[in-house]
Amino acid sequence: MPITTEDTVRWINQVALVLHENREFLTQLDSPIGDADHGINMDRGFKAVLEKLPAVAAMDIGSILKTVGTTLVSTVGGASGPLYGTAFLRAGMATSGKHELYEADVVNLLEVALEGVKARGKAQPGEKTMVDALTPALAAAKEAEAKNLGLSELLRRASEGAEKGMKATIPMLATKGRASYLGERSIGHQDPGATSSWLILKTLADICG
Amino acid sequence: MAVGLVIVSHSARLAEGVAELAEQMAQGKVGIAVAGGSSDGRLGTSVEKITAALRQVDGPDGILVLLDLGSAVMATEMAVEAFRQDSLHPVLISPAPLVEGAVIAAVEASIGNSLQEVAEAAASAYTLPKSHTSNV
Repeated sequence: MPITTEDTVRWINQVALVLHENREFLTQLDSPIGDADHGINMDRGFKAVLEKLPAVAAMDIGSILKTVGTTLVSTVGGASGPLYGTAFLRAGMATSGKHELYEADVVNLLEVALEGVKARGKAQPGEKTMVDALTPALAAAKEAEAKNLGLSELLRRASEGAEKGMKATIPMLATKGRASYLGERSIGHQDPGATSSWLILKTLADICG
Repeated sequence: MAVGLVIVSHSARLAEGVAELAEQMAQGKVGIAVAGGSSDGRLGTSVEKITAALRQVDGPDGILVLLDLGSAVMATEMAVEAFRQDSLHPVLISPAPLVEGAVIAAVEASIGNSLQEVAEAAASAYTLPKSHTSNV
């Protein structure tokens, strides 16, 4: 079973709900190592996305994801606006005109989204950012595709990859973003951006599982 | 005409204040636009505000953008991409510290120097000693 346009709309709606529920959690994570606004920013951004979603809900998956991207760019005032905005815009371009996504489409979507984030943030793995969640998620998705495990298993493994990557940010020293101003004091805290990346991928796996 | 300046800050008040300091040096000879705070008036950066500020001081001599922290760079890069759809005039993003960079850039732009010269002078603000007794 591919991911359909309807699944995509349900995914984005559910992401808005999950990020709203995790608003305080994400903000708490961002409090010791950032500017304590990640939960607020993501919640605000996806609330705005929900307002734009009905107008594109019947269109192709690319249009939906591009709308998510442009809305996040224009409504999120922190780093997550340009970063998640770029990720969803690139994902939207990669799925332009498509109404169904299969394993290879999902791998491609994750790949272009990750490349977009790395280019926008000039970030590499190991710097305590969302790249550390997305990189193992992509690797797990690629492996699942190569083994022909099916789409729902691919999404579950991508989500698990993101979760492992997220937890691996705890001992990392931040060298990007506001956390980098804290130097060694950033060690021992889980990165909020890696956490929201995991939540977004977990939500997709839950919906299509 | 002169090189235009755009001041990007997470804080609208900080952006206004830096522009005020720069304006004192430029004495009306330089276009200075501000993009401070998020789109809904909180601390943050706004791609739309930065794009509007770029359009405000757009001119053939180009624009130097001075900015404060972190995401200001990414938001400015996205704004420049949007600005590029309407204008091919050169835009540079300065690595300079905001206050010193803006003041130096205002002086350099006001005497008619090129974008490259203004940008290099602003970037040199890094090496200007603020105090000769910094190790007190």
